[in-house]
Amino acid sequence: MRHGKYPFVIGFLIAPVALYVTFVIWPYAQAFWISMTNWRGLSAPQFVGFDNYRRLLDDGAFWKAVQHHGVLLLALPLITIAIALFFAFQLNVGGKSSGGQRQGVWGAKFYRVVFFFPQVLAVAIIAVLFQMVYRPNESGLINGVLMKFGLDPVLFLVKPNLALWSIIAVLVWQAVGFYVVLFSAGMASIPGEIYEAAEMDGASKVTLFFRVTLPLLWDTLQVAWVYLGIAAFDCFAIVAVLSVDGGGPDGATTVLAMEIYRNAFVYSKYGYASAMGVALFFLTITFAALTLRLTKRESVEY
Amino acid sequence: MSNTPEQPAALDRRTVLRRAAAVGMLATPAIGLLSACATSGSDKENEQVAGGTKSEKNPLGVKEDAPIEVIIFNGGYGEKYATDVHEPLYKTAFPKSEVKHQATQAVSTVLQPRFAGGNPPEFVNNSGEKFLDFGALVNDGQLQDLTELWDAPSVDDPSKKVRDTVIPGVVEQGMFNTADGGRKPFVLYYVSTVYGIWYSGKLFKDNGWTAPTTWEQFKALCEQIKAKGITPYGYAGSNAAYYQWNVILTQAAKIGGTDVLKNIDNLEDGAWKQDAVKQAAEAWAEIGAKYSDKSFEGLKHTDVQLRQNQGKLAFYPSGDWLENEQKKDTPAGFTYQLMPVPGLTASDKLPATAIRAAGGEGYFVSSKSKNPRGGMEYMRQMLSKAGARGFTETVGAATVVPAGSEGFQFPPGVASAQAALKAAGKDVFNMLFDNWYKELDTEARTATNELMFGRINADAFVERIQKRADAIKKDSSVTKFKR
Repeated sequence: MRHGKYPFVIGFLIAPVALYVTFVIWPYAQAFWISMTNWRGLSAPQFVGFDNYRRLLDDGAFWKAVQHHGVLLLALPLITIAIALFFAFQLNVGGKSSGGQRQGVWGAKFYRVVFFFPQVLAVAIIAVLFQMVYRPNESGLINGVLMKFGLDPVLFLVKPNLALWSIIAVLVWQAVGFYVVLFSAGMASIPGEIYEAAEMDGASKVTLFFRVTLPLLWDTLQVAWVYLGIAAFDCFAIVAVLSVDGGGPDGATTVLAMEIYRNAFVYSKYGYASAMGVALFFLTITFAALTLRLTKRESVEY
Repeated sequence: MSNTPEQPAALDRRTVLRRAAAVGMLATPAIGLLSACATSGSDKENEQVAGGTKSEKNPLGVKEDAPIEVIIFNGGYGEKYATDVHEPLYKTAFPKSEVKHQATQAVSTVLQPRFAGGNPPEFVNNSGEKFLDFGALVNDGQLQDLTELWDAPSVDDPSKKVRDTVIPGVVEQGMFNTADGGRKPFVLYYVSTVYGIWYSGKLFKDNGWTAPTTWEQFKALCEQIKAKGITPYGYAGSNAAYYQWNVILTQAAKIGGTDVLKNIDNLEDGAWKQDAVKQAAEAWAEIGAKYSDKSFEGLKHTDVQLRQNQGKLAFYPSGDWLENEQKKDTPAGFTYQLMPVPGLTASDKLPATAIRAAGGEGYFVSSKSKNPRGGMEYMRQMLSKAGARGFTETVGAATVVPAGSEGFQFPPGVASAQAALKAAGKDVFNMLFDNWYKELDTEARTATNELMFGRINADAFVERIQKRADAIKKDSSVTKFKR
């Protein structure tokens, strides 16, 4: 048995590892190489060293995108987690307690399904839907109503200082459902006795939430934060489909993936686009590493 | 050519899915994924078929039984003209050959890997929102030199060369500089495209309005239209801002002469800061501020075009594909009419009738495909009288082959465009920078929205585009073109 172990293990691993290396690791490595060339997508690339990276430094669009990722990185997880926590709490422990068991608010089962709906839709379809919602004239969902009341339409995607927030709103709307489910699962595993005990000591719902639910949910929250942070580095589909003029107006909603897309597939500057991709790669891992490091705390055993 | 029609609604299910797929690839720098096979395969040469016997019927020496693959951009002109007219023509000429047809709305998405992989299709209709950069293609030697085609005898009259059957300037328009400093024809621009400002003949007749020819008349009419509760002028900022820079630059050419555009195309220093450009930008910024609608910035071209069909918008800038594109939504009796972009002052260098017209819709043959001669022969068939006529009958647009449109009863819009082209006489001009430098096109679009929707003034407008033009001029990785 013993001497047959390695061939056995290798036999199992070789196919998936080979696939993974060919289709994941190798392309990543190639992106690094291409980012140092002036490849325009057709003939063989020429090596240009760090030229592309140097150019990145004074590319206004690139920095705008990075700045937007900063905003997204703060806003998207914060808002989404806050809303999702609130909903999850209401759905699981927000109602009356019956027989010592905490219940959700009335109709919790129904809401749970409804909140999950956006998650079922493809991102691109959501973007198209919100085109209708945000449409700046009388045929828009929101503006149609506003204009019926004689109000001026709100130019959601057109006003440079409103556009990014309109897009964040869509991202939050889409993400909340998933995190409600995630947090619900986390809450379900918190023993009912702890709540019971706290309640007996006269804890209010707010105290319950902050003193019991939140600390015991910390691991789940940490995962949610990393997921949402990584999602904040993407946002391509929503921006590409929803924003005006591809990340506009005047780059007010652009993100790195949008700029990569534009440089690669519109300008045919694959080398430069790869350099942006590499930058995005480092941003993403730095973020993930930092988050995991900073949120490291002793988890409560129960 | 980016001035060619895009498929309405730009976002059907397929595009959505394709974009969704793109998301998957772009979420992380997995862009390399695409290139994994790409860069490695690019050195391989495709094995090309041997030539056939040259004859009177086969002047390009096409191998009779070699298949060709035809890629058609399925946009404003659809794909029917290829499947119903041109491909059968080729089949008739070479019955033993097989014509493989594929239509797409995203040319670059479909073809980029093919070029990178070294097996490009023979014949490509490179157009639409996602056309492949001609400059990059030329640079990489991917395009077949069409000199032989232009010098071949035409299908209908062997004593006439193909180049003499098309309208003047068409061959020239498809010429690009090569790496060795020469200039060769690589692209066939097939559709005769006339640009201008469109209005409904019916709306104007009902209200007793006439198409203005001077700037004062234009503004006065906008005032009257506004008083009627109709938006006088507008374009779609969301995805068609280039329709508007076209108007601004057309007026600039009228003010300062066609050299204004030549300087811009040639990336001359300060080309965008020329007085004519600044004056035109100023004039149109005023129209944007007073006679347009802020919400148009958030609308797609199909939305705005529909508003014009519904009688809510009077003037809309576009090319003469508009009428065909809007066929389904145009109410009976709407009568599309084109007027040339009005000049600015009495001292303009060009007359009010001057117009931008060009060959639109670019086609090329891949030099590294298996059967490039077949691709050229396909073009020769397209340029025959029957090919041109069939195209015109299918899509209602004129081609660059005048013999094909002779006596054809065009719909009112195209007819008015053809009339305007005739009235312009020799004052016909074109601009090419957007095809040559897509980055400059993007910048011009963004700046145009900023200008027309009142966030910057004309000075800032010319300033920022000039800055980008200078950057492109300095960028050694971008091939430069001259005309």
